Amino acid sequence: MSEVTVQGGQEVVGVARIEGPILVVEGGTNVSYDEVVEIQDSRGQLRRGRVLEVGEGYAVIQAFAGSTGLSIDGTRVRFLGTTLHIPVAEEMLGRIFDGLGNPIDGGPEPLTDHYADVNGQPINPTARIYPRDYIQTGISTIDGVNTLLRGQKLPLFSGAGMPHDQLAAQIVRQATLGKLAGAPQTEGEEFAIVFAAMGVKNDVAEYFRRSFTESGALTRVAMFLNLADDPPVERIVTPRAALTLAEYLAYEREMHVLVVLTDMTNYGEALRQISNVRGEVPSRKGYPGYLYSDLASMYERTGRIRTSKGSITQIPILTMPNDDITHPMPDLTGYITEGQIVLGRELNFAGIYPPVAVLPSLSRLMKDGIGKNRTRDDHPRWGAQLYAAYARTQDVRALASVIGEEELSDVDQKYLKFGRAFEREFVNQSFTENRTIERTLEIGWKLLSMLPKKELTRVTLDEIAQYYKGDDASS
Amino acid sequence: MSDQVGTITWISGPVVRARGSRHVGMLELVQVGEDRLVGEVIGLKGDQMTIQVYEETAGMQTGAPVFGTGLPLSVELGPGLIQSIYDGVQRPLPLIEAAMGSFINRGAHFDSINREKKWKFTPKVKVGDAVKGGAILGVVMETETLEHRVMLNPDDSGTITWVAPVGEYTVADTIAKLKMGKEEKTITMLQRWPVRRARPFTNRRPANIPLITGQRILDTFFPVAKGGAAGIPGPFGSGKTVTQHSIAKWADAEIIVYIGCGERGNEMTEVLQEFPHLVDPRTGRPLMERTVLIANTSNMPVAAREASIYTGITIAEYYRDMGYHVALMADSTSRWAEALREVSGRLEEMPAEEGYPAYLAGRLAEFYERAGYVNNLNDTQGSVSIVGAVSPPGGDFSEPVTQHTKRFIRCFWALDKSLASARHFPAINWLDSYSEYLEDVAGWWREKTGKDWLTMRNRAMELLSEESRLSQIVKLVGPDALPYTERMVLETTRLIREGLLQQNATETVDAFSSVEKQIRMLELVLYFHERGMAIVKRGAPINLIHDLPVVDTIIRAKSTVTNEELHKFDDIQKQIDQQMGQLDAEYRS
Ligand SMILES: Nc1ncnc2c1ncn2[C@@H]1O[C@H](COP(=O)(O)OP(=O)(O)O)[C@@H](O)[C@H]1O
Ligand SMILES: [Mg+2]
Repeated sequence: MSEVTVQGGQEVVGVARIEGPILVVEGGTNVSYDEVVEIQDSRGQLRRGRVLEVGEGYAVIQAFAGSTGLSIDGTRVRFLGTTLHIPVAEEMLGRIFDGLGNPIDGGPEPLTDHYADVNGQPINPTARIYPRDYIQTGISTIDGVNTLLRGQKLPLFSGAGMPHDQLAAQIVRQATLGKLAGAPQTEGEEFAIVFAAMGVKNDVAEYFRRSFTESGALTRVAMFLNLADDPPVERIVTPRAALTLAEYLAYEREMHVLVVLTDMTNYGEALRQISNVRGEVPSRKGYPGYLYSDLASMYERTGRIRTSKGSITQIPILTMPNDDITHPMPDLTGYITEGQIVLGRELNFAGIYPPVAVLPSLSRLMKDGIGKNRTRDDHPRWGAQLYAAYARTQDVRALASVIGEEELSDVDQKYLKFGRAFEREFVNQSFTENRTIERTLEIGWKLLSMLPKKELTRVTLDEIAQYYKGDDASS
Repeated sequence: MSDQVGTITWISGPVVRARGSRHVGMLELVQVGEDRLVGEVIGLKGDQMTIQVYEETAGMQTGAPVFGTGLPLSVELGPGLIQSIYDGVQRPLPLIEAAMGSFINRGAHFDSINREKKWKFTPKVKVGDAVKGGAILGVVMETETLEHRVMLNPDDSGTITWVAPVGEYTVADTIAKLKMGKEEKTITMLQRWPVRRARPFTNRRPANIPLITGQRILDTFFPVAKGGAAGIPGPFGSGKTVTQHSIAKWADAEIIVYIGCGERGNEMTEVLQEFPHLVDPRTGRPLMERTVLIANTSNMPVAAREASIYTGITIAEYYRDMGYHVALMADSTSRWAEALREVSGRLEEMPAEEGYPAYLAGRLAEFYERAGYVNNLNDTQGSVSIVGAVSPPGGDFSEPVTQHTKRFIRCFWALDKSLASARHFPAINWLDSYSEYLEDVAGWWREKTGKDWLTMRNRAMELLSEESRLSQIVKLVGPDALPYTERMVLETTRLIREGLLQQNATETVDAFSSVEKQIRMLELVLYFHERGMAIVKRGAPINLIHDLPVVDTIIRAKSTVTNEELHKFDDIQKQIDQQMGQLDAEYRS
């Protein structure tokens, strides 16, 4: 990360065109691509922007706070000669910033000479450490069947009105480094939480703040807030500012940083808006063709590197428009992140908390963080078996809705019972319940024991002998 | 060598325009700005050139210089490629890390191939030999088991006037001199080849040897031939990457080129950390010793992502030219297509479908055309097989990249979200997938196993499609309405699905199945079916078959019987005989 001091640069008076948050400025020379500008309106008020395109004698600028109040002749644009940088410091923990990284909690500017480019730089794949340490969240649907690892990016795909905030808060509150029962406590590991809000209501930010306060973590949290009534264009910067601080804390201060980004769907909308104003060729649903690369430039700022003990774990939250998982935002996110936790509308209606729709959920890194010497030997096969059985339950339910439950075969009846119990006892847990991994495995085996042994082809015969508690006498 | 040829006039993301010399060539490699970032000329109009830049352009200024090189974007070829990990324009990532730390900075300039390392060169030509392009001039052991054949550049030919004696040489040392007409040319072990130009060969051979991947659903059901092209489309989380990794690990190719094209950093790290520790069953050496990695992850510059595919395929062709079977994996070709789209969009070209440029199909065709089993210029035979992952938005196969890809491949492995949700892996849908190589490789199977693989394979497929028809009925009226003979089909297809098609890439025994194991399993399941069918036809209730203990044994055989203990299948067959025999006897009267 490079350090720069912001210097004054050339100033241009008057702009050629204003369209939405986009200004076209003529007359600057040697303007840099992606350079930051300071825009002054006729009353002397300042706002920031950045260069989206430079041509011969002109530059296209995006004003973060929008263009309201800017006039053609009364606007001055000063080119600052550098890309957007924010200060980064450990003392930013416990503080609240706006979407561009300026303090809004009444406290002073962070005292540091360490500035970092909000765009970051790509991690060299050879410098990464592959994540292997699992984080125990105390939530069965995560620890058991979609295990989260340190250095993983695992989003929550949700929908309006579903308890994604509660779930995220519960994860943050309960997360501890998972370990085998009896293993020694790892001392002195420092953690931090970086929270970024994009276009969410103040209630949401307030909810998280309260939750951090209650768990006593508030002094370890830095919050970057671009709320629903804040300028939408600023949202493009907010997650990047948050990740820039996270990188500093993880890779230079060796902390384990959990980053919560909510709501990435609002971020996507801001990006789409700018793209549309600029008349770019859209790909799907009006989103720009570079949406994938743009999202990747943030989500990939997760992980571990060999030169630091620290890590960045990301939990982005997305509300899926119309609960549609094929919408470009969740779709492209899922293509980049290392799995996804999907919340289901039906489970939510049924009063199940957390309403994790297990089947479409996935943790891609799970396989590398569980099993022998990590959680328990049977864990991977046990998980696959639960998935397979629950998937079968869905088929049986569909059949039952056609021919009626009574007409189902004995085995199918057992699947129906299994499915109900799975949702009520495994998926469902209270907002404060913090289950150990052993407890989660135990519940799972109890449920699998409702099925005939012969159905359990994903686990080994030895595992059946050891853990199966059913009264099935066959085979 | 690099004179200023222009001045930057316009910058938008990875695309830059400059004004200057009219002598810059189309597709010429240029250096852009004071940092001399790598770029390629992709458009010329009067004195204006359009350049795609392979590095981040933030902070670049108009008015900055552009330098020409006079060369097209090329890769370096020679001993030392194996075990390398490069970015999309063949910059060695370990050297970038050593110089710049954990994050990739701009303006890195490193040789792609180490100039200092010495290789033991043994000449294969002598003074006075007339040699043509592609001729093998000598050999070097690139790893303990891989002979690197040092070839004359395909464009050169002439008479050898000097050749280096056996000895240790770097890739920069002269190893031969060649008289071409009046000129004498010095030859080193290093050559450059423009990535966008396919390396020439004499002619194509019929692709009739399967690329054995050890994956049952691929080899047994939807085989790809050596020199063939396969596409593996699927929504996120359906198993594209795991399948590609499995092929990279287990395929019986001599060289693997793996291109991580716009995908995750951790997935490349996984390969880097795992492959040196996995043993290639054919050579007993670490898998890394046959692998070249190209990693241009999603957060790395998008124009270099576009180039990565060409960098990879050119390296693959180079080893093909030596007479090797090379398998190339590209994960994901959709990200490459998106890179094309992004650059095209910045150029404000007329889009065709979904914003993709009209030349998308042409580019895909060119890429897949570079697969093939060929007679090389030097009379060896080699192949490049391509396996391209496709990432359709929303998992919808009707989108342009999937549709165009289908036109240029002959093997389609369709991944299925619902199979993946049920943790049926590999989640390749057997009804939507196809291979056009079935007839072509049937002879190989007969020779290799002495068995009629194709007939058995087709019989299994027939049962599976029968199952799909029956499931429709079951969904309406329940299974009880079906006659026992049809329910017998469902019993067998369960064995096919759970015993054969499902294969766990993370389990040691199951991860790789030898051809012999595959055919034995197939045989066993069909045998179970024939015997079972005979019994239910005599009126035995289906649940008696369903409850036979051997059913469980067959399903578990994939992970209980290793490739070395195939005799255990004889025991299982005996169990079938014994258990079915009893039933048979009961219902014979
Ligand atoms: N053959 C397989 N065996 C075991 N697990 C698999 C297999 N294929 C896929 N998976 C599981 O599915 C997840 C997603 O697969 P991946 O190849 O990363 O999907 P994609 O590349 O299509 O997004 C993996 O993390 C793994 O858990
Ligand atoms: Mg993948």
